[in-house]
Amino acid sequence: MNKNILGILGLFIFIFGFTALSNENFLSAYNLQNLLKWSSLYAIMGIGVAFVIITGGIDLSIGSVIGLVASLMALMVKSAWDPLVAVLVLIGLSLGIGLVHGLLVTKMKLQPFVVTLCGLLFYRGISRWATDNQSMGYGDTATLNSLFSGKLAIGSFGLPAPFFFLVVVAVLAAIFLNRTIWGRYLLALGNNEKGARYSGIGTDRLKITAYVICSFLAGLSGLLFAYELDSVQPAQTGEFYELYAIAAAVLGGCSLRGGQGTILGVIIAAAVIRLLRNSINLLGISTHLEYAIIGMVILCGVSTDEIIKRVVAKRRAAK
Amino acid sequence: MEVAQTPLLDVTALEKQFPGVRALHNVDLTLNRGEVLAVVGENGAGKSTLMKILAGVHTPNAGTIRIEGREVRIQSVRDAQAHGIALIHQELNLAGNLDIAANIFLGIEPHTAGFIDSGQIHAKAAGHLKRVGLDFPTDTLVADLTIGHQQLVEIAKALSVDARIIIMDEPTSSLSQTESETLFKVVHDLRSQGISIIYISHRLGEVMVLADRVVVLRDGENAGELAREQISHNAMVKLMVGRDLSQFYQRNTTEPGSVVIEAENLRTPAHPRIGLSFSVREGEIVGIAGLVGAGRTELLETLFGVTPAVGGTLKIAGKVVHPKTPLEAIQFGIVLAPEDRKQHGLILEMSVRENASLPRLRMDQKAGAIDFGAEIEVATEMVKKMDIKTPGLEQVVQYLSGGNQQKVVLGKWLAMKPRLLLLDEPTRGIDVGSKQEIYRLMEELAAGGVAILFVSSEMEEVLGMADRALVMHEGVITGELARDQLSEEAVMQLATGNKAAA
Repeated sequence: MNKNILGILGLFIFIFGFTALSNENFLSAYNLQNLLKWSSLYAIMGIGVAFVIITGGIDLSIGSVIGLVASLMALMVKSAWDPLVAVLVLIGLSLGIGLVHGLLVTKMKLQPFVVTLCGLLFYRGISRWATDNQSMGYGDTATLNSLFSGKLAIGSFGLPAPFFFLVVVAVLAAIFLNRTIWGRYLLALGNNEKGARYSGIGTDRLKITAYVICSFLAGLSGLLFAYELDSVQPAQTGEFYELYAIAAAVLGGCSLRGGQGTILGVIIAAAVIRLLRNSINLLGISTHLEYAIIGMVILCGVSTDEIIKRVVAKRRAAK
Repeated sequence: MEVAQTPLLDVTALEKQFPGVRALHNVDLTLNRGEVLAVVGENGAGKSTLMKILAGVHTPNAGTIRIEGREVRIQSVRDAQAHGIALIHQELNLAGNLDIAANIFLGIEPHTAGFIDSGQIHAKAAGHLKRVGLDFPTDTLVADLTIGHQQLVEIAKALSVDARIIIMDEPTSSLSQTESETLFKVVHDLRSQGISIIYISHRLGEVMVLADRVVVLRDGENAGELAREQISHNAMVKLMVGRDLSQFYQRNTTEPGSVVIEAENLRTPAHPRIGLSFSVREGEIVGIAGLVGAGRTELLETLFGVTPAVGGTLKIAGKVVHPKTPLEAIQFGIVLAPEDRKQHGLILEMSVRENASLPRLRMDQKAGAIDFGAEIEVATEMVKKMDIKTPGLEQVVQYLSGGNQQKVVLGKWLAMKPRLLLLDEPTRGIDVGSKQEIYRLMEELAAGGVAILFVSSEMEEVLGMADRALVMHEGVITGELARDQLSEEAVMQLATGNKAAA
């Protein structure tokens, strides 16, 4: 697993170094702040979906949950809700969404792909309907503004708020996954659900927990994105973000077959994806190529990983 | 003529290595035209591996295979078919949603420009069905046939590709008595048509009826060969276990203690209308015999809470319990070492340490945090106590041999100090040495007061280890045999539903 992190870290350093040498603007405080901010936002989503992927599932609804939370927040601000109450309600809503996904997957035995695909469509539709598909802003909610999109200045460099959220989320997630019995159970059930069940593990409850964590982090990201962008377009905000989150998780070492993943890997992978976008811009490569390049890099990363795994397995077998 | 002397199939010095285990070593085998050759051996002796190599499922690491004196390389199932070798798997590989004719010609359909020539398929299929004595319209759906008939369709399928060598892997393991007899007749007919048959079974009674010659494998090596006139039950068993039986199964029966588990009219979801009643006492080893599909595994899974009972009562130490999940069963002191070790018993991609501690983590936790110290302690002790051969605690269990994997499964449960140990085919796919250790362990645990209930398809194991045997047939417990009543005949009578004979 550590080898996995080294690989993705190497990739990050390579692209980082190459871009830094090619364009002096890259290392400017403004650019780095931006990079850090967006990487953090992607990483939070990525960590969420990583939990679901570790169980062998998938969550396609992340982007729509982000859109829904951002839209509802705007509506609540408009109808003069107490902003803190609004935040609590929306966090509760996200947890509820995850709970429903988890119950449908475990108790109804529906496929995660189908459940969350329906979620993707449903929450997007609700966002557009509730807002009449109008772009909305967040007005003057100073406390939330500084909480979700403020900066902590260190000299000329401002550490963006999402970064602090990421640190808290990452530390808690890493402890949960690596140090608690539930994290161990999650990895075990991802590797072999029946085997885990036969060892006395309540697999359904853990799976549900994974979906709850994922939707919760999607909801949290929704609030962060909302205040970062300072407006919401119900049809677009968060669209396709689930794919970035899944890409970060997979590039970061999660196997879609389940049972594998590290939090640090996902964070670095999220940073690589953002870094690639940034580099494409700064290096003057046509931005139309952006998706193609990101797609190729992920494909190469995952293929290399698979090849290394096979070589290792072969060597082990030969012993 | 010279050709007549050359065996049809001649295998020499075959080697096959799997990760962490040597499946075959220096194995020789010859097969003549029109011969029924039985290959016997205990579970894990390498029979299936050998047959899979002949059928092109596995490729050997070394050794030669000659057909009619010419060396051949069998790299795929297609190669094997081209050489006239067909394998009838233990688990049938038919598509239930297609009819008989479509199954027989699956993958080799005669066609014009992609359009299947159904007239030809049905006409030809009818001919093949006749050869195996199956009297069904060729457009019958395979799902509507019994297992026995499906097996005959498999054989017809082999005939359709002009197989000269048909390998049957445990063909009677899920057949009733009459179905088995039909199969034996088909085997005889095929032999008289000049087709050679390799027959794998651990039902020694069948082997005596059918075989022209017997080859015995033990731990992946040739253990000996018996000509027609030498074939006897004792001769085969002696070669299979490589020592005297009395030494192999050491069961010192002691006076059993109080009743640990008592089932009254317990009904499993697999056979919801059949009530099962039995009990197991402290220090008692009770075997459950029966054919594949008799409902034995289903019974264990119900006791372990995997598929909760749909009726009846279950008492543990006199108290009525209803385990609805394995977790609950474990809390009542019931544990299960399942038949399918790799799917159900272990987390293959996790280490020895992680597998060993999995059920115990809950007990050793501190506010949800894993107690890594306790974990290593449990795992270390298990490796030592069970004599598990592993390079270390961090070894991924996937790379251990079958015997050592089974010891990990048992070890993780022993750390839980169970009251009732359920074992489903405890020695399937493991070498003779580990087998003996597992028997010794069962003996030790029973002596320590654990109640043991084990399912086994190996007659010798049931006869050798059980203080008492329950025999099941189609979901019903057809009889109970005390140790002094136990014999292969008595068990088979009950296992095939012959109640009266017991």
